[in-house]
Amino acid sequence: MRGTSSKNSSVPRRIFRACAGFVLTIFAGGCLTATMVRLSPGFSADEELLDARLNQESQAALRATHNAERSIAAFYFRSLTNILRGDFGYSRSMQRPVRELLAARLPVTIRLIGIGLAGAWLLGVSMAAFVVLRRGPISRGLAGAIMGLLLSVPSGVLALIIYYQGGPVQCLIALVLFPKIFQYVRNVLAHAGRLPHVLAARARGLGIGRVFLRHVVPASLPQVLALAGVSVSMAISAAIPVEVICDLPGIGQLAWKAALSRDLPLLVNLTFFIVVVTQLGNLLSDCAGAVFTRRGL
Amino acid sequence: MKRIRGILAALLLAVALIALFPKVITQAPYDRQFREAAGCPPSLRFPLGTDDLGRDRLSRLLYGTRLSLLLASASALASTLLASLVGAAAGYIGGWCDRMVMRAIDLTLSLPWLFVLITARALLPLNVSPLLSVAITFALLALVGWASPARVVRAAVREMRDSDVLVQAKAAGCRGPRLIALHILPQLKPVMAAQFCTAVPIFILSEANLSLLGVGVAEPLPSWGNLLRDIQNQPSLTGGVLAPLILLVVVIGCFQVVFSVEDLHS
Repeated sequence: MRGTSSKNSSVPRRIFRACAGFVLTIFAGGCLTATMVRLSPGFSADEELLDARLNQESQAALRATHNAERSIAAFYFRSLTNILRGDFGYSRSMQRPVRELLAARLPVTIRLIGIGLAGAWLLGVSMAAFVVLRRGPISRGLAGAIMGLLLSVPSGVLALIIYYQGGPVQCLIALVLFPKIFQYVRNVLAHAGRLPHVLAARARGLGIGRVFLRHVVPASLPQVLALAGVSVSMAISAAIPVEVICDLPGIGQLAWKAALSRDLPLLVNLTFFIVVVTQLGNLLSDCAGAVFTRRGL
Repeated sequence: MKRIRGILAALLLAVALIALFPKVITQAPYDRQFREAAGCPPSLRFPLGTDDLGRDRLSRLLYGTRLSLLLASASALASTLLASLVGAAAGYIGGWCDRMVMRAIDLTLSLPWLFVLITARALLPLNVSPLLSVAITFALLALVGWASPARVVRAAVREMRDSDVLVQAKAAGCRGPRLIALHILPQLKPVMAAQFCTAVPIFILSEANLSLLGVGVAEPLPSWGNLLRDIQNQPSLTGGVLAPLILLVVVIGCFQVVFSVEDLHS
């Protein structure tokens, strides 16, 4: 996880580096996607060319459009400038502008992911704190069994079971993410609990709750914040099978439909959009980590 | 704990052996359709019943287990080898190469895993033969799953870069790819083994999710993901339908306990 390195650099410098990394990663991610899409089999094939009603001039015009996209650099530059202008292109499979599709589906995904992340963090952190503070074999074993079971079931199957049994589908992402967050936070808290200054505080007779809040939590905060950024990406990943199986019209379902119909322009834009969202999550968690580390929290 | 691990390791081995030799338990081919017995409940002839097309669920489960386990293991092996090469090169060379590899790792790890797999799968032809779909799924998992192990390998190589062994090897004139192949990679075996064991359950779950969404292993080849799709078509969750899920949970659970991440890293 990022966030704990270069403790001695100044906060503005670390934030600047994180922002520069954000911009570079987005450009690299966009370039990689554009290259993969451009090189994918059947990219330049167009069903319209098979239309017998088109005369030679129309067919030549269509081919000329594809020839302009032949160079990867030109294709990427055109895609990028269009996106920056707010033009996300047109979805062939959905027969609608991508911008409209995103606007219609984004609220569903934001709500689903928001509830999922809030629930997963609340459950994961509170359970991890409970297990670390209790240190009993029963609480540890019970938590291990529950997490092991949840981690062993594919998110799609969890969605199927809950959906068909009439359970709350909005909580599915929380169920998928919570064991991962629990495991990581528990390990971080347990490691922080073994730090020399924490042991010294315990030896001087400070209460377990006070030691936890004043020493263990601040020591583990940068690493936990780093996970916060990554958890956005995990939530988007979990949203795909959940939205597909529970028939929720969100971004995950759109990505799946675009993949099944090989709607490459839609996939390029979706990938760019998701790269921006996940990198933004990482950037915010990096910045928060830099600020909290500097404050010595 | 050691005893429990031993029992679970034996269970894992038993599942692997049964999956490798399914004909010991069932004679029915996985794609044979018993039309007179379609949708049959569990019986002596079909211990787990039959699906809507009349195919023996037990036979499909055993062959599916074989395919899923082999696919995940092969992909994990390929991705670990790829990660070792990339991570070792980045850790050893350092400088701009290291920075570029780390940026690529950051990018790959920050992207939603399932989204990347689905997008990469969509870039390839979708209407392919079942065997080709297996090969594509294998290649996808191997190519997308390199980032996390590469980061661990790179860290290990950076730690050993200034070790006495490598300094002596360099003094003896061993450099570049030869140094990586002869001296660095052999020392990375424990790290690579740990990464392989961590990757197998992740790849099993990824294959299940991909096939569940219809972009993984294609029918009529059975895999755990394909078999789990039956839950969608069956309103009542009977033993035959739930058997793949139970086996999947048992195998992943065994992996988690037998190859515990904390122990592997220590």
